[in-house]
Amino acid sequence: MRMVVDLNRCQGYAQCVPLAPEVLHLHGEEALMYDPNPDDSLRQHVLRAAASCPVQAIVVDRLDEIGKSS
Amino acid sequence: MRPEIAWAEAMKFENRHDPYRFFDELRKTPVARVADDIYVVTGYWELLALAHDPRVSSDISRSPLQAKRAAAQEPPPEAEHLTAYGRQPSMIMSDPPYHDRARRQAMRQFGPPHSPDLIPSMEPGIERLCNELLGKAAGKTRIDIVDEYGYRVPVTVICKILGVPLEDEKAFHAWIFDFMAGLDLGPEAATEEGKVRAAKGRESTAALTEYLRGLIDGYVRKPGEGLLSRLVNDDGPDGPMAPPEAAANALLLLIAGHDSTVNTISHCVLTLLRNPGSVELLRRRPGLIPRAIEEVLRLQSAVQFFPSRSATADIEVGGTVIPEGSAIFLMYGAANRDPGRFPDPGRFDPERRANEHFGWGSGIHTCFGGPLARLEVNVALEVFLQRVENPRLVVDPPPYRRNQIFRGPQHLFIDYDRIREHS
Amino acid sequence: MRAELIADVVAEFKAYGRIVIVGASLAGLRAAETLRDEGFTGPLTIIGDEKQEPYDRPPLSKQVLKGLARADHTLLPRMRKVDADWRLGVAATGLDRRVKQVRLADGEQVPFDRLLIATGTRSRPWFNPQEAALEGVFTLRTADDAGRLRAALAAGPGRVLIVGAGFIGSEMASVCRELGLAVTVAERAEGPLVGALGGVIGDIAAEMQRDHGVDLRTGVSVEALEGDAQGHVRRARLSDGTTLDVDVVVASLGSIRNTEWLEGAGLASGRWGVACDAGCRVFDINGVVTDSIFVAGDIARAPHVLYDYQFLVQEHWDNADVGGRVAAHNMVSLEPQRRPHLPLPAFWSGQFGVNIKGVGVGPFADEIVITQGSVTDRRFAAAYGRNGRIVAAVTFNHGKWLEYYGALIERSAPFPPPPPGYDHPDGMQPMPARFPTPGAPTGWPDVVLTGHDPTERGAEYEYRTKKR
Repeated sequence: MRMVVDLNRCQGYAQCVPLAPEVLHLHGEEALMYDPNPDDSLRQHVLRAAASCPVQAIVVDRLDEIGKSS
Repeated sequence: MRPEIAWAEAMKFENRHDPYRFFDELRKTPVARVADDIYVVTGYWELLALAHDPRVSSDISRSPLQAKRAAAQEPPPEAEHLTAYGRQPSMIMSDPPYHDRARRQAMRQFGPPHSPDLIPSMEPGIERLCNELLGKAAGKTRIDIVDEYGYRVPVTVICKILGVPLEDEKAFHAWIFDFMAGLDLGPEAATEEGKVRAAKGRESTAALTEYLRGLIDGYVRKPGEGLLSRLVNDDGPDGPMAPPEAAANALLLLIAGHDSTVNTISHCVLTLLRNPGSVELLRRRPGLIPRAIEEVLRLQSAVQFFPSRSATADIEVGGTVIPEGSAIFLMYGAANRDPGRFPDPGRFDPERRANEHFGWGSGIHTCFGGPLARLEVNVALEVFLQRVENPRLVVDPPPYRRNQIFRGPQHLFIDYDRIREHS
Repeated sequence: MRAELIADVVAEFKAYGRIVIVGASLAGLRAAETLRDEGFTGPLTIIGDEKQEPYDRPPLSKQVLKGLARADHTLLPRMRKVDADWRLGVAATGLDRRVKQVRLADGEQVPFDRLLIATGTRSRPWFNPQEAALEGVFTLRTADDAGRLRAALAAGPGRVLIVGAGFIGSEMASVCRELGLAVTVAERAEGPLVGALGGVIGDIAAEMQRDHGVDLRTGVSVEALEGDAQGHVRRARLSDGTTLDVDVVVASLGSIRNTEWLEGAGLASGRWGVACDAGCRVFDINGVVTDSIFVAGDIARAPHVLYDYQFLVQEHWDNADVGGRVAAHNMVSLEPQRRPHLPLPAFWSGQFGVNIKGVGVGPFADEIVITQGSVTDRRFAAAYGRNGRIVAAVTFNHGKWLEYYGALIERSAPFPPPPPGYDHPDGMQPMPARFPTPGAPTGWPDVVLTGHDPTERGAEYEYRTKKR
């Protein structure tokens, strides 16, 4: 799957990191690093992380979502 | 409706199930003066600005409410709870650099970057516990989501994380109940019954604080498992936290660390059952569960506001000047329904985009335990949706607890056909 | 024309119009998605010179070099299906406005009714082509670049030389240290990041580098690279007379805007980008706004209300993300529905364990004041001012405060800003921000104010003489 974090929006709340620890990491106290194309098996974790962001900086591929629902 | 009337109505116990009508009234003046030196912020943009404004202090010792309490024989109700929440400043009631240092020290033992694995490591245990609790409900057709499901999960987890013995749960549960009931910002606080509740709340808070101090002193003498022990024995860059300060933060983490999670789980179930089709939608598309939870948090913020903030200068916002020295209540639950930010704000829409709600606060005081709470709520809701067949509300609205800040149902009874086997 | 007739024209254009997007990166992709979102169902062609489908570049200098993500694993998430004719791996080489056609490198001509220019930038190559061709000499812009450089770093070179201490160069130096590699950074200016953030912040950035074991050389340039018999780079000669034994050299010298293909088209384009109005509509060489040509992303130059209406060009992620969307919206909207794209410039950079974030245009300022936190702890906020108003701000591990300053900049609030209620340095004394004087030998910042004229920036406009 594909994701991107808008790191201009990101304020380093790090609410997301523990929800998808395989994908998201803190580099120092505030800088976020992530795997932009994580394995599909981590999907629910990534969706939890994306929803958790207080500034909604995590963007997840919507094609997958459309594919899943239809 | 005048702002002070709307405010009093919103705080009244009889309106606890739905303070939002009065928040809508209040929002006609997004930054409204509701008492001499109290300004209530219900507009989204105004709240956002103030939550990030370094001229707004969270330091309780700078709040006029604290001063009032100290000066008056009989403290006004809105001041009453403030010291009840701990005489040493916890991080939620302090400013940088003190706040930042305390939060770093606590986060070092709880989350990234230093302890990234702790919260994720809880997931299997949370799932097992949720399944056990529903297993117990298997022979029946009615469950209280608060007492028999929502409460047990977070209290078990927070005890384990903090290093608070679970066998002491009965005692501290009762103390916290009294603390919550005594912490009343509404007009009923001034009644005789209100004063009795407040007195009992004070006693119980003192007992709880004493209990936590004892626990921490024990950890100072003999280090053990859990965050509290590591906090007072840390050799990290910020050093160990002083025991009295650790006790104040322990009180915060213990209460906030489970109560808001209970309220969120209850409100999730309540909201899904109030909105026909949503249970089926989430079962069909489990990928929407995390967003549905955030939408519930927008609509029913587990912490509705936190009243320790004040203005350190004259601050102009939303066409109002908040004078230096005034208390500022940032009303998360109200701003989350501002139609100027959220279209059709009263509607539950699990597919809502750009849901930047304030259910966990905003700015540097944003919920410390948010990731843990979210993990618990996600798993609890996933398991609930998988196993509870045909759930229905028994009473709507359910009975609410008295507290305005930590707002949630006292009980939430639901009926169901059966509990499915654990797959 | 009556209103319903105009509505008919729009409906017809949305159904049958032909749109071509040149540039298949962030701006181009978001523009394509927006066009479809807004009901454009006509033929859509997306032309890109790289073979990959649109991918994200910021992770290349961080996660990818560090080995946390593969170079070909930064594909951008899609917001929807775009149902486009993708022409990837073939560059656009010309534009003929009279017949409304884009010319491709393979000789094909692609006709359009409306065109979006989003060709972005490329990295500035090492100045000496023979030296640039040595094995072990790199630039970093594309996923392929990142893949090759990652492989070179993973092989455990003896010493890495990074030429240029802008954001990307500094991020790469940070990664090298995290990988345990010896690294030298050579910068012509007085310190790292000074082009974008000035000398006061540059001093702090320099300290961070040195504390993390970077061999930072400032005020020097690299004059020559020397290879061994196998054609692999082995030595660098610096302007101060010293030499360095190196196995990897990364030229991080900023970027070149991909506007050459527009030469001769009669548009206001040149080395500073393609001039446009606040609604992304491109100006022609005489300053007349075009109706059918739009621009977005790194090469779009638009007058900015906050900065004396100078044409501002910004190589920032959100400028491409949002600019692409706004341009697309305006391409299929009538005048009253058109939106402006006047973003407050914003950037981030993760390096040496510190999250550096900024808003506004630092180089527009002449003063700086530290407003919150502690420089020693590298947790602080600072505001930049000019003529008594705040024009930019930067935070080091203090990102939650940045939007406060953004709001102050947006309303041109007084500088210095009012003192915070806590945690501010004593006195809060403004000091000179120490930006290099224009023309000084340093890398250009990512955000450049390029004057008031749509077609030039001083004497540096290059294509004026080539009239049709």
